[in-house]
Amino acid sequence: MRVIDAPKAPRLGTPWGVRRFASLYAQLLRTGFAEAVAYRAEFLIWMFSTNMPLVMLAIWAAAARSGPVGGYSQQGFAAYYLCALLVRLMTGAWVVWELTMEIRQGTLALRLLRPIHPLLQWSADNIAAIPMRGVVALPVTAILLWVARGELSHRWFDWLLLLPALAGAWLIYFLVQAIIGTIALRFESAASLFTAWLGFSNILSGYLVPLDLFPRAVRDAAQWLPFRFQLSYPVELMLGRWNHEQALQLLGVEWIYVAFFFLCTRTAWRAGLRYYAAYGG
Amino acid sequence: MIEVSRLRKWYRVHRREPGLWAAMRSLLHRPYEDVKAVDDISFAIGSGERVGFLGPNGAGKTTTLKVLSGLLHPTEGKVSVAGFTPQRRERGFLQQITLVMGQKQQLLWDLPPSETFLLNRAIYDIPKKQYQETVAELTELLELSQLLGKPTRQLSLGERMKCELAVALLHRPRVLFLDEPTIGLDVSMQATVRGFVRAYNERFGATVLLTSHYMEDVAALCPRVMVIDKGRLIYDGSLPELVRRVRPDKRVHVKLSKPVQRADLEALGTVIEHRDAEAVVQVSQEALQHAVARALSALPLTDLTVEDPPLEEVMRDLFAQGRAA
Repeated sequence: MRVIDAPKAPRLGTPWGVRRFASLYAQLLRTGFAEAVAYRAEFLIWMFSTNMPLVMLAIWAAAARSGPVGGYSQQGFAAYYLCALLVRLMTGAWVVWELTMEIRQGTLALRLLRPIHPLLQWSADNIAAIPMRGVVALPVTAILLWVARGELSHRWFDWLLLLPALAGAWLIYFLVQAIIGTIALRFESAASLFTAWLGFSNILSGYLVPLDLFPRAVRDAAQWLPFRFQLSYPVELMLGRWNHEQALQLLGVEWIYVAFFFLCTRTAWRAGLRYYAAYGG
Repeated sequence: MIEVSRLRKWYRVHRREPGLWAAMRSLLHRPYEDVKAVDDISFAIGSGERVGFLGPNGAGKTTTLKVLSGLLHPTEGKVSVAGFTPQRRERGFLQQITLVMGQKQQLLWDLPPSETFLLNRAIYDIPKKQYQETVAELTELLELSQLLGKPTRQLSLGERMKCELAVALLHRPRVLFLDEPTIGLDVSMQATVRGFVRAYNERFGATVLLTSHYMEDVAALCPRVMVIDKGRLIYDGSLPELVRRVRPDKRVHVKLSKPVQRADLEALGTVIEHRDAEAVVQVSQEALQHAVARALSALPLTDLTVEDPPLEEVMRDLFAQGRAA
């Protein structure tokens, strides 16, 4: 067999440098954004379906008409739930659905053939949708700044911490979904497990009801469980509930959870691939 | 380039009877059984070889390709591809292989193929110059210039498959695993894909392992074939030798200037087809010379050709023999 022009030797051993990673991730974000824009109608409908905080706001605002409930006035509830809506919009992830669907349909195989971790690509897809989320998040922010300006923190430090707190909240949400989705590598489906997690999360993250309103035992448990860092902690920062030291301490705990879930994801992924059956075609 | 030694891949599958009662029962008790998808196969493929991997549905072809490409962990045995152990999925390994599955696509559905090209360029860290050269070359070979800007969902099946091949080869892999790459394509598109795979193999010296239900693919592309049935390798050698072993008979195709009696044809061998002035007669290898001589002297011939039996028939007989055994 005649070799006319042998391919250049693959660049084996190329260091996975920061520049190389940044350039790859930038392309992943560009592709993710292009896909989010392609699905714009569906995406907007999905975002508008994130309306539970507004429903809860209506209920609690009515309850607080005759006086504060658990320390929350009507304006206090408005501030809490608008902050919760904003956090939820900015920390959305859906990797568990993508992962379980691709495992069942066998299309995960094509991602596994590429020299890039599939979760890295999904993370970029999820993050790339943030500008689209901004379409809803920006008006919410404007309303929040107007309606609840008296309830929001006036300390720059809280707003500075908000960025890593939101990043941590998103990472916890994303990594937990990745772990649960990875279980589908072994059992073909993990959607019901995620639904169970979501049930606990909706209650213990403060998404439905502020944690302050729970009985003391539940509240104490919720303070240290991971759910709280998905939503309640960033909201608490925006409402200026903690002094500098407490806020930093909580940020530390949040990122310990991030590290913990990151290690769990790695372990679950490696173990799951051993069982992956790559069904279909 | 590829070495496989005593490879076994077993799946554990849950067996259940149909019906509501069986569904209820399966909540409490789930019988499992091991299915031997690949059962103790060994082979080696050299650099630059084109090998056809044949077998009936469920024989273990795709499972073997998935093990070779690192998607599945072998239950037992050793596998080496380009010096790597596939299931470790090292970056250096993934940079050198590609797996094209005719029934699955890696193109981004709502975006034009050019977006997937850019994505793969970043993922495989392809230098700009090489990327531009490769895209230009693939565009020319596969006539993609009108397709790259259209959303993938608006391309026909054949157009999509051409783009799939291009995107799978953008990083110039040295090993190509092709699983039914021409499935569902029309005859002319099948020929285009075959021509392209051959051109890529010859140009880059790449190793090709191909599964296909279309025997033309295998006959046109693969000097060597491996046949797998029930997870076991039952043949490894050249295609003509396989045909000789399974169906040593030949087909004598005659065209006549005027119709003849069936009895005149039966004197040559077993008549398979007989229409007015045309016929196909099956003749054993030993009797071929005599049959041809007799046809030339006794029949009003306008044309005579000797062919092997169709490959589809050869394979059908081979698998029927396997089942009977």
